[in-house]
Amino acid sequence: MFYVSFLTSYGMRWRRKYAKMRAYGKKYSMRSVSDNTSAIRSGDILLFSTFRNENIRLPYFLDYYRRLGVSHFLMVDNDSEDGGRPYLAQQPDVSLWTTRASYRRSRFGVDWLNFLQRQYGHGHWCLTVDPDELFVYPFCDTRPIRALTDWLDSSHVRSFGAMLLDMYPKGRIDAVPYRAGQDPIEIAAWFDPGNYVIDRNPSYWNLWIQGGPRSRMFFRDLPKKAPALNKIPLVKWDKRYAYVSSTHTLLPRGLNLTYDQWGGEKASGVLLHTKFLSTFGEKAEEELTRKQHYAGSVEYKAYAEKIQKDPDLWCNWSEKYINWRQLEILGLMSKGNWA
Amino acid sequence: MSVGIIMLVHTAFDRAEEVARHWAAAGCPVVFHVDKNVKDDAYYGFVKSMSDLPDTRFVKRHRCEWGTWGLVAATQAAAQTLLDDFPDVRHVYLTSGACLPLRPLQELFDYLDERPQTDFIESATTADVPWTIGGLDRERFLLRFPFSWRRQRMLFDIYVRFQRAVGYKRTIPNGVVPHMGSQWWCLTRQTLSAILEDPERKTYDRFFRKVWIPDESYFQTLSRLYSRQIESRSLTLSKFDYQGKPHMFYDDHLQLLRRSDCFVARKIWPFANRLYEAFLTDPDGAMKRTEPNPGKIDRIFAKAVDRRTRGRPGLYMQSRYPAEGRENGVTCAQYSIFEGFSDLFENFEPWLAKTTGARVHGHLFAPDRVEYSDGQTVMNGALSDSAKLRDYNKRAFLTSLIWNTRGERQCFQLGPMDEIEDIEWDIAKDPNAQISVITGAWAIGLFKSNRNFADIRKEAARLQQIESTHLNALRSEWAKARIRIWTMAEFIEAPMEPLQTIIDEIGRTRRKTLAEAPKMTDLKGFPQFLQSLKNQGMHPYLMGDFPIDPGKPDTQEPKPKPYLIK
Repeated sequence: MFYVSFLTSYGMRWRRKYAKMRAYGKKYSMRSVSDNTSAIRSGDILLFSTFRNENIRLPYFLDYYRRLGVSHFLMVDNDSEDGGRPYLAQQPDVSLWTTRASYRRSRFGVDWLNFLQRQYGHGHWCLTVDPDELFVYPFCDTRPIRALTDWLDSSHVRSFGAMLLDMYPKGRIDAVPYRAGQDPIEIAAWFDPGNYVIDRNPSYWNLWIQGGPRSRMFFRDLPKKAPALNKIPLVKWDKRYAYVSSTHTLLPRGLNLTYDQWGGEKASGVLLHTKFLSTFGEKAEEELTRKQHYAGSVEYKAYAEKIQKDPDLWCNWSEKYINWRQLEILGLMSKGNWA
Repeated sequence: MSVGIIMLVHTAFDRAEEVARHWAAAGCPVVFHVDKNVKDDAYYGFVKSMSDLPDTRFVKRHRCEWGTWGLVAATQAAAQTLLDDFPDVRHVYLTSGACLPLRPLQELFDYLDERPQTDFIESATTADVPWTIGGLDRERFLLRFPFSWRRQRMLFDIYVRFQRAVGYKRTIPNGVVPHMGSQWWCLTRQTLSAILEDPERKTYDRFFRKVWIPDESYFQTLSRLYSRQIESRSLTLSKFDYQGKPHMFYDDHLQLLRRSDCFVARKIWPFANRLYEAFLTDPDGAMKRTEPNPGKIDRIFAKAVDRRTRGRPGLYMQSRYPAEGRENGVTCAQYSIFEGFSDLFENFEPWLAKTTGARVHGHLFAPDRVEYSDGQTVMNGALSDSAKLRDYNKRAFLTSLIWNTRGERQCFQLGPMDEIEDIEWDIAKDPNAQISVITGAWAIGLFKSNRNFADIRKEAARLQQIESTHLNALRSEWAKARIRIWTMAEFIEAPMEPLQTIIDEIGRTRRKTLAEAPKMTDLKGFPQFLQSLKNQGMHPYLMGDFPIDPGKPDTQEPKPKPYLIK
C-alpha cells in the first residue's frame, strides 16, 4: 500500500514538472502587447484569462471583476480579429499578451496561463476565469473578494472551488442580441437547479461534476461525454503549482480537495457561465471549423446539431437567477464555515 | 479616568490607531503591545503616529504566536505599565487591534462605575466547557507542550501521545483549580495587581509557560484566587469557529452587531469601512440603539459551525461529497417505494396520490424512460426523463430527486422489470426509504400479456431471479429502510390492513380509516396460469400459495401479519 501511494505521488510530481515545462516552452509563442505588471503590489488579487474574439464581452467582464476588487488582469489574446486587443491594450490595469499559436496545442490555454501564473502569480491570490464566466461566492454582494481571500488565508486554505453553472435565456438563444457592456445575466437569467452528478477522480482527487442543460439537451444519450463543470478558479498561487486541464484540475493534488468528505460542507462558489447568448451561434460555427476544442470539439458538434433544430434550453423547472443566497439554498454552493 | 485599555496589536495598524484614538478621546489611557514579529519599520511608524497622544505607552515586545506563552507575557507587561503609570485606573480592559467598541464608551464607564468591585472574565473549569480543540481539555494543563501546534503539528502530536503512553502528568502548583475562558477580559486593579504581585508568581508563570493556550487560562485561573466578585462572562463579543479560530465581522454584520449586548466586538475585518464608520463616529449620530438580542448572533454562528461539520443531510455538491457511511443521511427526506402494488391494483397510483396527497411517480427506474408523475418529461431541478442520464449515476439521480422535491413526499413504483441492480442496495440501506413489497406480483403482468408461453416462462424465471436477489438485499442485516414484505397470496387475502398501515406511516393526512380501496385487478385464472408455469418446469414460488381452485377465501385462518424489518 505504501509503495503504491508513493509511486502515484511520485508520478504526480513528474506530471506537475511536465506541465510546468510545457508552460515554459510556450513562453516564446507569446508576445507582450502591453505590460503593466510593474503596477502589481504585494497582496493584490490577480485575474488570469485567455480569450479569442470576445471583444463584446470584455467591457462588462472588466467592470464586474474590478467591482469585486481584482487589482490586475493578465490576459492572453489568442489571435483575436475583432478589436479586443486594442481595447485591452488601453486599460491601465490590464497586461496583455498575444499569440497565434494553437489553442489546442497549448492544452486549451492552460500552458500560457501556467507560464504567466508562475511568472507573476507567486504569493498572490489568482483568479483564473474565461471572459464568459462570472465568479459568485458567498456574500459577494456585500463583501469584496479580498474579504474571502483574507478569510481563506486565516483558515489556511489555498484553493477555492466554484462550479460552472450554465446560464441560458428563456426562448431562442439568439432571440435577444447582447450589447457590449450589458450584464449578460439580464438575458441568460436561467439555470438548471438540481440535475448534477458527481464522481471523484481517484488519481487527481478532484470531483468530476457533470449535468445541467448541456447534459439534459445535448448529451441525453452520451452522458459520459458531457462537459465537466467542476472548477477551482481561485488559488493562492505558488510557483510550484500548475493547472493540469483547464481549471478543473490542479497539481499538487491536495489543492483539488475543495470538498469535505466527512459530511460537512466547505465554502464554495459558482461560476455563472454565460456562453449561451446571441453570440453563441457564430462562436460554435467558428470553433467547429477551427477544431481547437476539447476531444475534437465533440461538444460543439453536439451543439451545432441541436441548436439548429431546437435552440431553447429553457424548461418548466428552470430556475431564474436572483443572487448567491438562492444558489446556496438550492445546494449549488455553500457558505461553509464563513458567516 | 477609571478605565485603562491594553491593546495587543500585530497587524492593521491604521485600524488600531483609529480605535485607540477613540478610547483616548474618551479619556482612557492606552498601553500597546506590538508583536515582535512585526517589522521594525512598521512598528516605529505606528509609535510615531501615536506620539501626539500623551496617555499612551508602548511596552517591550514579545513574540506572540497563537497558543503560546508570548501573549500572556505581553499582557503581563502591558498590565504592569498600565497600573504603574496610571494610578487612577480602576478597571483594565484587555483588547486587541481588531476590537471595535459597539456602544458609546460612556455606557461602558457607567456600567463599570456601578460595579467597581466586579471582575468580568469568562472562567470555567475544564470539565464544564465544550470547547476543546484537538481533543485536549484537562490534559492541556497536565502535559507539556513545547512544540507549536500550527508549525510543528507532527511533533506536537507525537509528544502528546508519548506523554500519554508513559503516563506523564504535571503537578499543578499549590492545588489551584485550572479555569478556562475567553482571553478578552476586564479586571479590577485589585485583582490584577494581586495576580502580578503574587509572591508565588514565578511558580505560576513557570507552570503556565508549558500549558497549552495559556492566554485562555492564566488570568482565568489566577483571578479565581483573588477576585472578590467574578462575573464569568466577557464584555467582548467574540465567536469561534469549529477550529477555535475567531469569526470575522464584516460590513453586512452591522445590524447584527447593533443587537449585541456586549460593549466591544472582535475580530473586525480591517476593511469593514462601514462598521468602523458606524461605531466610531459621534454616539448621538450614527449609533441607533437596538434592543439587544445576543441569541440571534449566537444562532448565526452556531449554524455556521453546524454547516461546516455536519452539512445538509442528503445533499451532494461540489463542496460536500461525503465518503460512504459519512453521509449523515443518504437522502434528505422520507420517501416510499411500492413494489407490485401497481400490478395488483388497477388504479393504484391515482388512488395513492388522492389518499396521501404525495407525489406519486410510476416506475422511475423503468428501462426505456423515467416515468415521472403525470407523464412529465422534466422533473423538479430540471431532472431529465432520459433513462441513459439516469443510469449514468442512479444514486445521484435518486438523491437529487429527493433533494429537489424537499417538502413534498415522493412515492414511486419499483419492480424486477426495472433497472434496479445498481440502486437496490442504496435504497435498502437508506433509513428514509419506506419499502413495501408484494412479492411475485410481477407475474400478473405476464399473466395478462399476450405473449407466447415459452417467452413468458423465460421472462418469469428471469424476473423471479431478480426479485429473489432483491429480497436478499431487503432482508440483509445492512438494510436500514422500513421494509414490509408480503407474498401476493398473503396480501390479497386481506389487502386493507397492510394498506392502512402504510398510509398511516406516510402520515400526511390525519389518521382515519381508508374510505376507498384501490381496485384490485381481476385474478380469475391466475392460479391456473401459475400451474401452467409449474407444468413447464418453472417453479414460481414468490407469489405464495395459490390453491388451484380458490373458491372462497378461508376466513377461519389467522390473518397473515406483515413483518417489519427494523
